[in-house]
Amino acid sequence: MPSLGADMESGTLVEWRVKPGDRVRRGDIVALIDTDKAEVEVEIFVDGVVEELLVAPGAKLPVGTILARIREPAGAAASTPIGVAKPVPPPPPAAAPAKAAPPLPAPTGPRLRASPLARRVAAELGVDLASVRGTGEGGAITRADVEGARASAASTSAPPAPALRGTPEGDAARAAERALAMRRTIAAAMARSKREIPHYYLATRIDLGPALRWMEAENLRRPVTERLLPAALLVKATALALREVPELNGSFASGAFVPSESIHVGVAVALRPAGLVAPALHHADRLSLGELMAALRDLVRRARAGVLRSSELSDATVTVTNLGDQGVDTVFAVIHPPQVAIVGFGRVREEPWAEAGVVGARPTVTVTLAGDHRASDGHRGGLFLSAMGRLLRSPEAL
Amino acid sequence: MTKDELRALALRVLGGIAPEADLATLDPGADLREWLDLDSMDFLNFVVGLHQGTGIDVPESDYARLSTLDDCVAYLAAASGATARPG
Repeated sequence: MPSLGADMESGTLVEWRVKPGDRVRRGDIVALIDTDKAEVEVEIFVDGVVEELLVAPGAKLPVGTILARIREPAGAAASTPIGVAKPVPPPPPAAAPAKAAPPLPAPTGPRLRASPLARRVAAELGVDLASVRGTGEGGAITRADVEGARASAASTSAPPAPALRGTPEGDAARAAERALAMRRTIAAAMARSKREIPHYYLATRIDLGPALRWMEAENLRRPVTERLLPAALLVKATALALREVPELNGSFASGAFVPSESIHVGVAVALRPAGLVAPALHHADRLSLGELMAALRDLVRRARAGVLRSSELSDATVTVTNLGDQGVDTVFAVIHPPQVAIVGFGRVREEPWAEAGVVGARPTVTVTLAGDHRASDGHRGGLFLSAMGRLLRSPEAL
Repeated sequence: MTKDELRALALRVLGGIAPEADLATLDPGADLREWLDLDSMDFLNFVVGLHQGTGIDVPESDYARLSTLDDCVAYLAAASGATARPG
């Protein structure tokens, strides 16, 4: 059972998309799993042949459970498990094919590493430490891990009955149950973030005039299906600015910041009628604006349709959230652990802007950064926002 | 396309974007973005859906003329030369 984020403790196998003997290639979808947030298509990260399916659909399993075995081609490792967590963090660099991730330490291993406080809290909450995935130093189980496991168990204690799938009553009950589970999961992750991450907040106002004028002219040349939105320019500028300030791109794990070589921007997507996911736009810094816009449209569509892929839920190295459409001026966002930064965008509004002694009306946006003081400080955060402003003044170079 | 067909098309596209909405109760004079909680991506998808259904390419500068369902029908009708079905 892959880990699709720090807030995921378990998942339910919905169906297999392969059978023993099938040949699979890296990136193929091999299974569908149900998490608290969505049904997720599980990708395979090696080429090979499906040797054995170890778990039947309907089973609810902790993260790290091996779901199946893949026989790799001659010369490669003998057999690779499906379902173990990809290393979170850091995601594998794109240039190097991701080999099978090592299995997580078996939960029933010889000795669990857990702090005394974690053991006491586990006893109080009735949580079996063997079922908890440790995120502390050396994989040690922390109090937050125990509380997260408790929250997750509470939210998934009543898995949807397969017999109800497809009926109106079943669908409604399932939607309500998922909404409740998602709210609990979000709450657990955000509580952990506010408890563990020493946030600092910075904000700057950016003149979007050059970017919007360029985009409007560009859109006149594009067919309607390929038009750009300001969000695409903001995401691309974020990704490029992160190249200059890599302390904001990566994760905090085992007591240290782990920078990511790749820039996978998690995009916060509001679900209908409620809920939130932040799937990753992979290698956002390398995409042209047209490619990025197409990928963003596809990602938002699939997020709302509930057909995200496992790598999209596990790979984000930073998150952006845009509440401008809701009329919000300034976003004070909460970092999604184990990431170390989140960038917020408010609404674009026309405001007085003084430059070279002349006051004029300009379309402006307030860009905010919430950073993790364990990984960076305000000085570097300020440089990041400064880079954002500079990049958006030259949109043709994005 | 007739105005009725254009209205049905607009509602069909909106239904795909906001499947949770009860479009039968949509006030044709209500602001679509507000009533259906449409964001910029939703609205772009709406414009794309209208384009795919009619062939009409709504320029960005005309987005404000698609604020309500009635506005949409009127705009598309004018752009396509549609007429209302008698009765």
